[in-house]
Amino acid sequence: MPSNKSVSDAPIAQFTNCRLLRGRRLQREDLWVREGKILNPEKLFFDEKGSADVQLDCKGCILAPGFIDVQINGGFGVDFSLATDDFRSGIDLVAQKILSHGVTSFCPTLVTSPPSVYHQILPQISVRNGGAHGAGILGAHLEGPFISKEKKGAHPEHCIRTFEENGFQDLLATYGSLDCIRIVTLAPEIKRSSEVIQELTKRGICVSLGHSVANLSQAEEAVQHGATFITHLFNAMLPFHHRDPGIVGLLTSDKIPAGRRVFYGMISDGIHTNPAALRIAHRAHPKGMVLVTDAIAGMGLAPGRHTLGQQVVEIDGLNTYIAGTKTLSGSVATMDTCVRHFLEATGCSVETALEAASLHPAQLLGIEDRKGTLNYDSDADFLMLDDSLHVQATYIAGEEVWRQDALGM
Amino acid sequence: MLTLPQESVCSPSAAQPLDVPMLRPPEAASPRACAEPPAARRRPLLARCFRIASARRGGGSAAAFRSAVLGVCRGFILLYKLFAAIMRLVILEDYDQASEWAAKYICNRIIQFKPTQGRYFTLGLPTGSTPLGCYKKLIEYHKNGDLSFKYVKTFNMDEYVGLPRNHPESYHSYMWNNFFKHIDIDPNNAHILDGNAPDLQVECDAFEKKIEEAGGIDLFVGGIGPDGHIAFNEPGSSLSSRTRLKTLAMDTILANAKYFDGDLSKVPTMALTVGVGTVMDAREVMILITGAHKAFALYKAIEEGVNHMWTVSAFQQHPRTIFVCDEDATLELRVKTVKYFKGLMHVHNKLVDPLYSMKEN
Repeated sequence: MPSNKSVSDAPIAQFTNCRLLRGRRLQREDLWVREGKILNPEKLFFDEKGSADVQLDCKGCILAPGFIDVQINGGFGVDFSLATDDFRSGIDLVAQKILSHGVTSFCPTLVTSPPSVYHQILPQISVRNGGAHGAGILGAHLEGPFISKEKKGAHPEHCIRTFEENGFQDLLATYGSLDCIRIVTLAPEIKRSSEVIQELTKRGICVSLGHSVANLSQAEEAVQHGATFITHLFNAMLPFHHRDPGIVGLLTSDKIPAGRRVFYGMISDGIHTNPAALRIAHRAHPKGMVLVTDAIAGMGLAPGRHTLGQQVVEIDGLNTYIAGTKTLSGSVATMDTCVRHFLEATGCSVETALEAASLHPAQLLGIEDRKGTLNYDSDADFLMLDDSLHVQATYIAGEEVWRQDALGM
Repeated sequence: MLTLPQESVCSPSAAQPLDVPMLRPPEAASPRACAEPPAARRRPLLARCFRIASARRGGGSAAAFRSAVLGVCRGFILLYKLFAAIMRLVILEDYDQASEWAAKYICNRIIQFKPTQGRYFTLGLPTGSTPLGCYKKLIEYHKNGDLSFKYVKTFNMDEYVGLPRNHPESYHSYMWNNFFKHIDIDPNNAHILDGNAPDLQVECDAFEKKIEEAGGIDLFVGGIGPDGHIAFNEPGSSLSSRTRLKTLAMDTILANAKYFDGDLSKVPTMALTVGVGTVMDAREVMILITGAHKAFALYKAIEEGVNHMWTVSAFQQHPRTIFVCDEDATLELRVKTVKYFKGLMHVHNKLVDPLYSMKEN
């Protein structure tokens, strides 16, 4: 049918025979895309008298917004905390490879490192749109070095710092530049954290609490100053105690400012948290769940030894430990595995599992007007999934950037 | 489903194609006839009658001639019946069957019309809960590949005034969600009144002009309000009215409140609507009436006189009207009326059986 578009001459694609995740549920609707954005077909019909140029049959697949991974330390042999000569091509490689996991946007994460590493690496990270070359980069996630020594996890103790002396200036000096920083994880019990949190929040940077021994009131104060995220809930923080729930207590705290929501990242690979703990968190605060991989360089590679920043880690199946210890250090799970495991462990609906990996991270970063949903005028970053949530194809800006090979390779 | 045979057999001189529904003479309606080789169907009626007559009588040209003349006369009587005014009351058992019958009828009408580029089939369309089942069936026929709306033009009856076009209860939203988005109609051919136009009367006049330019409406499908209104021609509307702005009656506002969370203050109070006269101009009208709550309106529409307080009654004077209803809608009719029309169902069903298809055989 000839199309008569008065607004734009760009071709219009109509994805039919699919179930869309829209309005919090799966609906039998077609997805219309033009110029990399999701189009409102009713407006097209009545205002522009337009119709589709191309129709693609999705064969009954689920169409979901692309996954957003806000904590990923590397993968496929690439370590984002290692300053190498070919750092840029390393990040490009990971961005390209994670398309097959359904990730269309991510925040490359740096663990606690010396200032020289930040000064070398951060200028090489730029916010950019995704495409056939790989997933989009939303900005860096700096997990450290302003964390607690008692809860360092796999982070190198000699690089841990505080900003007690000069507050925000110390942080600036450590990182070098704040361009392209999207999330900072810090321990709120460090003196002058309130002012640092306020300064970061003022600049649109998301502050996350983690690797900390803060109690609940310290955590609540941090939230009141602007913190909105918890880095890998349960891990690297005080355990829940019924008289002082610690950071975990933020999930049900009544001191959260009105209109604000606290999100929490969870690595649902079946190792970092017991499924029962995953369920407790999900049931206590389902709208705050953000699935992350916390993947390290060894993700996507064979078992063995790999680097993670200044440390050496050992991979054995899905477990990754600091070499020679039983300290967990990141994961090798992929985002789609996390989504499937989350679905299975909590028995939640498919919509909830998908939202935890798309809508909630977008809400956390304040970008849900263009990412994380299939609403009209959003970026057309989406996935075709089968009923068991295996990724069949990945699309960025309406273009297919990855497809499951028929041979399953 | 069978595809339409090459030539309309009922027309003795096939000078112009008949675009009215036809009761096929028994010779052509049977599957046996349609299984004949195409060449046989192309012969003129007279010659065919001769051949059949000869075959039956086994020779004798005088007898054959008589039979042939009888056949032609039958054709003329049929033609008279076809062009004479006709009112049908088609009674089906329940809502689903009534919806299906109506959809099949529309499907057959479109296909028999053989619409093409430059010769569109024009359809008037209603909204509300009654036609939903019919729309679903039409969508099903389209998705099966049996029916295309590529050469169909549609004109909706009405639209609320002042409701944003993308409001979920606007008739634009209704038509998009329940019909247009599932079919292959050209957006330029789907006409709905704009309740947000800067000059509403100009909008109404332009709508009338569009209908005129499209060559008039071939089949106007409508519903009936509980107060017996057609479109938004509320009780007291002129029976010769044209498309215009109307204030809605309380009965209508109450009936529509269910679409606005039961809040009367949210229901629009004005609408643009085609007039009774506009619908009367259509070549054929089909009114869908289902449910016990419409029974009294149906009684007033067909068993009482033509009255502007029950505007659907105007169609008693339309040359070609079909009322399609379910059992519940007949609850206020006389038993005699219901029995009479039910007795005609075998005739009515020939209009939908065989159900045609646009697929090639």
